[in-house]
This record gives sequence, C-alpha cells and structure tokens, in this order.
Amino acid sequence: MATLSQRSAERGALPIWRWVILLVAGVYFLIPLWAALRFAGVRAFGSVISETGFTSSLGLSVRLAIITTLVTIALMLPTAVYVHLRLPVLRRLLEGITILPIVIPPVVLIVGVLQIAPGFIKSTPYLLALEYVILAMPFAYRAIDAGLRALDLKTIVEASNSLGAGWAATLWRIILPNLTTALLSAVVLTVALVLGEFTMASLDLYQTFPVWIVVNDQTSGQVSVAASLLALFVTWLFLLAITVIGTRQSRRTGGGSVTLFTVARQETRGDR
Amino acid sequence: MDQTVAPPGSLADPGALGSVPGAASGPPAKLSVLGILRWLRRVAGVVPFGVYVTLGLLLPMVAVAVGAFQNNSGGFTFSNVKAATHGVYLHGFWQSIILSLLASVLPGIFGLLIAYAIYTAKRGTVLRQVAITASGVFANFGGVPLAFLFVATLGASGLATRWLADLGFNPYDHGFNLYSLAGVVVVYMYFQIPLMVLVILPALEGLRPAWREAAQNLGARTWDYWRHVGGPVLLPSFLGCVLLLFGSALSAYATAEALTSGTIPLTSIQIGSFLNGNVIAGQENIGKALGLGMVIIIAIAMLIYVALQRRAAKWLR
Repeated sequence: MATLSQRSAERGALPIWRWVILLVAGVYFLIPLWAALRFAGVRAFGSVISETGFTSSLGLSVRLAIITTLVTIALMLPTAVYVHLRLPVLRRLLEGITILPIVIPPVVLIVGVLQIAPGFIKSTPYLLALEYVILAMPFAYRAIDAGLRALDLKTIVEASNSLGAGWAATLWRIILPNLTTALLSAVVLTVALVLGEFTMASLDLYQTFPVWIVVNDQTSGQVSVAASLLALFVTWLFLLAITVIGTRQSRRTGGGSVTLFTVARQETRGDR
Repeated sequence: MDQTVAPPGSLADPGALGSVPGAASGPPAKLSVLGILRWLRRVAGVVPFGVYVTLGLLLPMVAVAVGAFQNNSGGFTFSNVKAATHGVYLHGFWQSIILSLLASVLPGIFGLLIAYAIYTAKRGTVLRQVAITASGVFANFGGVPLAFLFVATLGASGLATRWLADLGFNPYDHGFNLYSLAGVVVVYMYFQIPLMVLVILPALEGLRPAWREAAQNLGARTWDYWRHVGGPVLLPSFLGCVLLLFGSALSAYATAEALTSGTIPLTSIQIGSFLNGNVIAGQENIGKALGLGMVIIIAIAMLIYVALQRRAAKWLR
C-alpha cells in the first residue's frame, strides 16, 4: 500500500524534469502562435468575414464537412459495433486498414482518384467529401473504438435484444446515446480535418476554405492568418469542451475519464 | 490472459496489418454450400466498409500503379519508372527520405517525453485534457498557415530570430535557414510531435503500475525499471510509432510546398507539379511512377511496423 500512495503522490505533483519538458513544449508550440497573432493584429480578425471569397469558400467547406461527417459516422459506427460484437478477430485488421490514410500520401491518392472516378462525381466538389471520409478514418475510427471499449457492449446489447429490440433499435436507442462523447470527438476531428485539408482540394481545383486562405494570402496576408488561427482555436475549444463535459458525465455514471483515444480501464489503475 | 487484444484505442496497434483474417473469418474447412452461406452472413456487416475502402483507397492506388507502366497511348512501358529513378527525381527520393527520417526520429523522441509527462499527470486534470485535445488539433494543422507561423517566428526577421539575435545568437549567422532541410524539419515537428503523443499514449497506458511496483519490491531503482522492464516493453511500440511518423512526413505536401516552393526537391511536390500541369506534355505518367515509388517506400516501412507491433503485442494489451 505504501508504494501505491507514494505513486499517487508522485503522479499528483510533477517532478521537475516533467515541468522542464512541458515548458519546452509550451515554448515551441505557443511562440509561433503568438508571433502570428502579433503579425495579424486584432483588427484583421474583424475583417475576416467581409473578405471576398470567405463566405463562399467557408460555405463549400462546411457542406463538405457535413457530408463527410454523415458518411463517416454512417459507415464507421455500424462497422465498428459489428466487428466488436460479432467479428472480434477482424478488429486488428480493421485498425490496420484505418491507419493507412495517415501514411498514404494524399497527393498520390488524388492522382489515382482523379483517374478512376466516374465523370458525374468528378465534376462536383463532393468527390472530395467521399475521399475525406477515407482521410478521416484513422481519427474517426479510433475515437469510436475507444468509446466502444469503454462500454460493456455485449451485456447492453444482449439486454436490449432480450427485451425485444431489433438491431436497428439497439443501435439507435441503446448504443448511440451511450457513445455521445466518442461520436462528438469523431465529428470534431473529422470537421477539423475537412476544414484544414489543402492538398486534395487544391489539386482537384476547388476553392475550399484552406485553398481560399492560400489564394487570399497573396492579397491580404493578415486576414488569411487571422482566419486560420480562428479555425484552429475554435476546433480546439470544441474538442476541449467535449472531453471536459464527457468526463463529467462519465464520472456521474461511474465510468472512467474520457480522452480522445483512450478511455481509462478503472480496475487497472492505481491513481483514483 | 488473452494476448491478442490491442491496447485501448491504440493508433499503433499490435500487429494490426499482419493479422489477416485467418481461421475464424476465412471460409470454413468444410466447403459446403451451407458453410459458405453462413460465412457470408457473418462477414455481411463489414461489407459496406470493405467496398468503400476498395473504391476510395485500393482502386486509386492500383490505378496509380498501373499508370506507372503505361505510356500516353496506354501501351506498356518501363520508361516512366526509369525516368522516376534517375536524375532530379532520384535526388527527390533521397531528399524526401532524409527529411522524413529526421522529421520522424526527433519528434518521436520529443513526443514520447511529452506523452510520458502527460501520462504521469493525474487523469482528468486540465493539463492532460488541454494537452490531448491540442494534440488532436495540431496533428491536423499544416500547409500555408503553418508555414506562415514559422516565417513569423523563425524567418530572417521573425520574432524568435530577433529575440535570439538580441541575446547575441542569431541563428542565421550559424548556418540556420528556415527554408533549408533543417528548417523544414523544425516546422514538420509542429504536427509530428502531436501525432506522436496521440499514437504513443495508448502504449504508455498499457504499462501496468503492477510491473513497476513489482520491480520496486525487488529493489529496482527508477533506472533499473526503465532499463529492464519499461524500456524493452515500450521499444517496439516506440519504433512502430516512429515509422508511422516517417510515413506521415513523407506524405506531407502542403507544408513543404508552402515553405520551400521548390528550393528542396521533394517527391510529393514533384508529384503535385505533374497534377498542376507544370510539366512537359507527354510525361504525365512519370508522376504516377513517382507515386508508385512512394507507395513502395511506405509499404516497406509498414511491413517493419507490423513486425515490430507483433513484438509489442506480447506485453501491451
């Protein structure tokens, strides 16, 4: 027991070397943000909205983000649930496949996509949304997977089935409400990806928000910088709010704390 | 103990790619019609996902690979591959590999240290949640905005450059240049370190407190624990994550283009220039041969990754 309480104390108060690491990391990550903020100036943030092309490019990106998110959830949620319940042997294969978009260069992917996509999709920007579903897989799948691991999925599904609910009802009325935090994380990460993806959009010749930032940068650099900083902060605040609220709710129901990709398994930790 | 289960929510999952569906999901040994039907029914739930990945990821890759061996009229040729492995394109591959190695090992080490600092902080504290959510956002940050952040910071007249110059150490007098390979590495670390934090945290979570306590009870000091228990257990995961970062650095396009715009020949930028039409007509398929080359490099890295994760799976669950 002595070691346990000693460990807890150790974990509570960070020793000096951890402060040094976090300080160095803080300097590296915050100074560029500060430098950019100073360059953009406060006034640029006000004039972002009135900039030409801002509304139309952001509108396109938002539409792409909505489609991407809907398709991602509709595809990944049932697949993840099904694999967890029925085909656990496929879980590692699924994790292996969903990691691929991190390492496969988008610039290569778009070459192939433009070659094989049928004309009627290629002539619309929505081909991008369909490909963003692929790019979002690494983050979306892992967020959902972490949520599913934290549930006693088998028990609640059996309980639901024994009470006469079909598969659709179980998915919609039992699993979905229990996965709110995980799904919200998946959504925000997907939206962050779509709002920041430049490579495929620019090579597919559509002016999405990130492409507009680059084009507009040549005429009014300060406003472009302000716009990209805004996008960064807003996404981050959303993610933070989701995990804080999710953890609070999870605590109330006796679960572990919620982070993006890992959910605590209570019984193995000695720090609570 | 079931040793095949992955660590919770792990991006860097043990043996992920290696465990091709074998005994349990493959067709049963007795090839009866009923058996095949039952098997089809079992895997029916993953069919939509399989179809989507095939159409959106696999087929485009196949199209690139096929295009690499075609001339403009569709006939078979080796000339694209030959061009892609000579001269400026070969140089591009080398530069890309050197850059990716630097931009995966360095952020790998820093990311591990930061992840460990986060891991040892109490669960649910603000520090932890701020750090992890920030990692999720910064890992997706890149392109011109990122390039700009660093021009404003470490450019010739950037903020940090001026501070350092005031202290008597102007990095530009000591061979540093933001638009050189070293400069690009510094910039890439801005999204690579957060990615490392995200992928290595699950492996750290897999370290059992019980192991440390057992080691301490046997008289081990902190160093002994890391030398004989923690280090060996973490090493395969760490190397696997570094390989993942290697792939991520290799495939980066937007940031490199915004920052260097041709000063360093990188393969991803060369492929992009084929798409942008900045090349002599009749050579479009060289871009596909370059793409094939990148995919082969990635495939080699991923094979090593799989082998390493198999080892990691032995201990981390």
